[in-house]
Amino acid sequence: MTPASRAIDVATLPRYGFGHRSLTWWGTLGLLAIESTAFGLAIVAYLYLKGRADEWPTAALAPRMFWANLTTAILLVSAVPNELAKRAARRLDLGRVRLWLVVCLVLEIAVIATRAMEFPLLNVRWDANAYGSVVWTLLGLHTTHLITDFGDSGVLTLLMMSGPVNENRFVDVAENSLYWYFVIASWIPIYAVIYLVPRFG
Amino acid sequence: MRGQDLAADPRLEPAALAREARLLAETWAQPRGIVGWFSNTDHKTIGLRFLVTSFVFFALGGVLAALMRIQLARPDAHFLWPDLYDQIFTMHGTTMMFLFAVPVMLALGIYFVPLMIGARDIAFPRLVAFGYYMFVFGGIFLYVMFLLNTGPDNGWFSYVPLAGPAFSAGKRGDVWAQLITFTEVSALVVAVALIVTIFKMRAPGMSLNRVPIFVWGMLVVSFMILFAMPAVMLASSWLIMDRLVGTHVFNKAQGGDPLLWQHLFWFFAHPEVYIIFLPAQAMMSTLISTFSRRPVFGYLALVLSLSATAFIGFGVWVHHMFATGLPQLGASFFTAASLMIVVPTGVQFFCWIATLWSGRPQFTVPMLYALGFFAVFLIGGLTGVMLAAVPLNQQVHDTFFVVAHLHYVLIGGAVFPLLGMVFYWFPKLTGRLLDNGIGTVAFWTLFVGFNLTFFPQHILGLEGMPRRVYTYPAAMGWGGLNLMSSIGAMTIGVSMLIYLYNVAVSLRRGEVAAANPWEASTLEWATASPPPPFNFSPMPTVGDRDPLWSPDPQPVVVGLATDKREVLVTQLMDAVPELARKQPHPTIWPFLAAVAVSVMFVWSIFSPWGVIYGSIPIAITFIGWFWPTDGKRPQAFEHDVASGHVQERAV
Repeated sequence: MTPASRAIDVATLPRYGFGHRSLTWWGTLGLLAIESTAFGLAIVAYLYLKGRADEWPTAALAPRMFWANLTTAILLVSAVPNELAKRAARRLDLGRVRLWLVVCLVLEIAVIATRAMEFPLLNVRWDANAYGSVVWTLLGLHTTHLITDFGDSGVLTLLMMSGPVNENRFVDVAENSLYWYFVIASWIPIYAVIYLVPRFG
Repeated sequence: MRGQDLAADPRLEPAALAREARLLAETWAQPRGIVGWFSNTDHKTIGLRFLVTSFVFFALGGVLAALMRIQLARPDAHFLWPDLYDQIFTMHGTTMMFLFAVPVMLALGIYFVPLMIGARDIAFPRLVAFGYYMFVFGGIFLYVMFLLNTGPDNGWFSYVPLAGPAFSAGKRGDVWAQLITFTEVSALVVAVALIVTIFKMRAPGMSLNRVPIFVWGMLVVSFMILFAMPAVMLASSWLIMDRLVGTHVFNKAQGGDPLLWQHLFWFFAHPEVYIIFLPAQAMMSTLISTFSRRPVFGYLALVLSLSATAFIGFGVWVHHMFATGLPQLGASFFTAASLMIVVPTGVQFFCWIATLWSGRPQFTVPMLYALGFFAVFLIGGLTGVMLAAVPLNQQVHDTFFVVAHLHYVLIGGAVFPLLGMVFYWFPKLTGRLLDNGIGTVAFWTLFVGFNLTFFPQHILGLEGMPRRVYTYPAAMGWGGLNLMSSIGAMTIGVSMLIYLYNVAVSLRRGEVAAANPWEASTLEWATASPPPPFNFSPMPTVGDRDPLWSPDPQPVVVGLATDKREVLVTQLMDAVPELARKQPHPTIWPFLAAVAVSVMFVWSIFSPWGVIYGSIPIAITFIGWFWPTDGKRPQAFEHDVASGHVQERAV
């Protein structure tokens, strides 16, 4: 190549950006693609086993729905502070970011608690039969996400309290909120499969 | 991409550029010492380690293959005993698929994708380092267990019920299942890093229709990894749960289904074949274009063919299951899909032939490997078409015909282009050229040895010789062809030693390589051999598919910081500069995180509590990894916001 005589000056470009301008946003999307595939395949496996079974739920009553409905309700409500945290992050409003992150954390603790109550009401053990195994896998997979996101959000909240803070931390908050949306959204089909299919499927 | 006319810009004067390179070298330097070695996050260092490690596993897998060929060289042999033979063929397949073929392609992607798109770094360097250590630890784990006589022994696809708790006591099956977890974690994180790098870090002007074909190949493959690998992780997790905590997912007696294993496994494993094969096809396009001295013929058709193969590749998995008694209609559908793969592959063949035909071919060693691909892969492709037909498939199922087919496809389709590409990229990797004479000998030895090994296996398969059986009686009359095959295998071994000798000699005495010894067209050749830690200075822009063959001088990028690791982020479609991002500095946390995750994985096959307690160090290391070191106290930051002293955000 010949020596350059023309140049593009990038010195004045912004040094951070939200959404599709952020590399970590794309990384998060990649993670969501992987996890959606795993959830999707687990659901397909559930339906596959159901299709091959004579009796479904196998040798068990359908799971009781009380705590699951509560879990669902709290998850849906948590979308509100989640969205508010994201919007505050986009405004670089540290006070509001802290407030809504703490509200989200409280709701996450609540939802982990109601989730813990769900397992006994599945009415089947994981080692009873294939139905029990696949139901526990589905609920377990989603629970893992609740716990890891609780860890993420906890650390992030701590950071926003103690620092070090800069613009990129707010990008992290916005992307953490994207991940929590995924946790909420992925619950809907899993809820339907675990709780509605045995009743109406 | 015109750029401003900055002929008088002081930043473009030679003295200023030299100073910039000096500052960048300091900023992008990697730490030294033992801790520094484990903290390195340079994509080139990690890529090179990935590459060397994959070839070490290739050699180990090759030794296992040689042991099998010694055993099978004559009838009724007792060189190996059945139990060890089972472990060896399982270890061979597992090593080649999970520890060689996929990692080696990703290794080249990690090293070369940022260089080929004109970037200073890969998107997530720490994540890639983490992926490397997961891969190494998985491989070490597998081989340590093998040496302890606990190597997996159920074949590389570990079918249930054989691999289930009822028929495989002990830890061998768990070792296989957990190795899968190791290697899939590694491949998945690297795939995400590659996708984001290709989407968002291309040099200004490198719109999607100017992306080099090799980079397209890695992009397509990374997406395949994203959607294929979760299937095998789910399957192997269920296998290990069936074995360890009493679930019944694959247990027929309790409502489970062994065929579910096969569906999940092949939903991953057929795409896996393309995950190995598509980068090799992309290498073919690169080599043929460079050594025909012309832009590749049918760029768009080639890119579409790569993508089409990926899509169809997800719809053919059942052709591995024709012998399981699936409904006829389903089998027919999968036959049709399998035959359809021929179309995009054929399109690529025609594009390559057209490139050769209308170019000025140079028969360099990399080109020999590319031409070798034509011959060998064609045979493998044709037997693939045969195997897509249900009746023939049933006839030769589980025979050496299938062994011959898959080696023609994988060695012809992937290893030949790979060895050519390593020869081609060796000067960029090391600063020295490999020797042509020795390289030519190595190629022909491989070509002859390969065909001698695997062609007779077609005939053996048609004569009914089953695979995965440790010996055969003399009365079957298979001795002669098997001996021929074993002699061929030793010849392949010799060819590999010659290749290795070439590497060893050339590393010390090889001809010193200039920046672009092959006069190739892509950006990795625009920088020194080997490249400096910051890859490019000044950063290039692109106005053409073959930037180094372009007669028009391109503008360069100025204005990135020299005192921190800044990279340029560009728009997905047209690579217009969007923002500048500071990359994370090197750190040992990814290594520590990989240690913690590995401890948990190994622990979990001995006790389910390993998952719980093992998660604690994982959480600690990940927090250490992500804890930021830059920024201000919250009050100071709020004060900045209030007084308008924050950086402009991207809008």
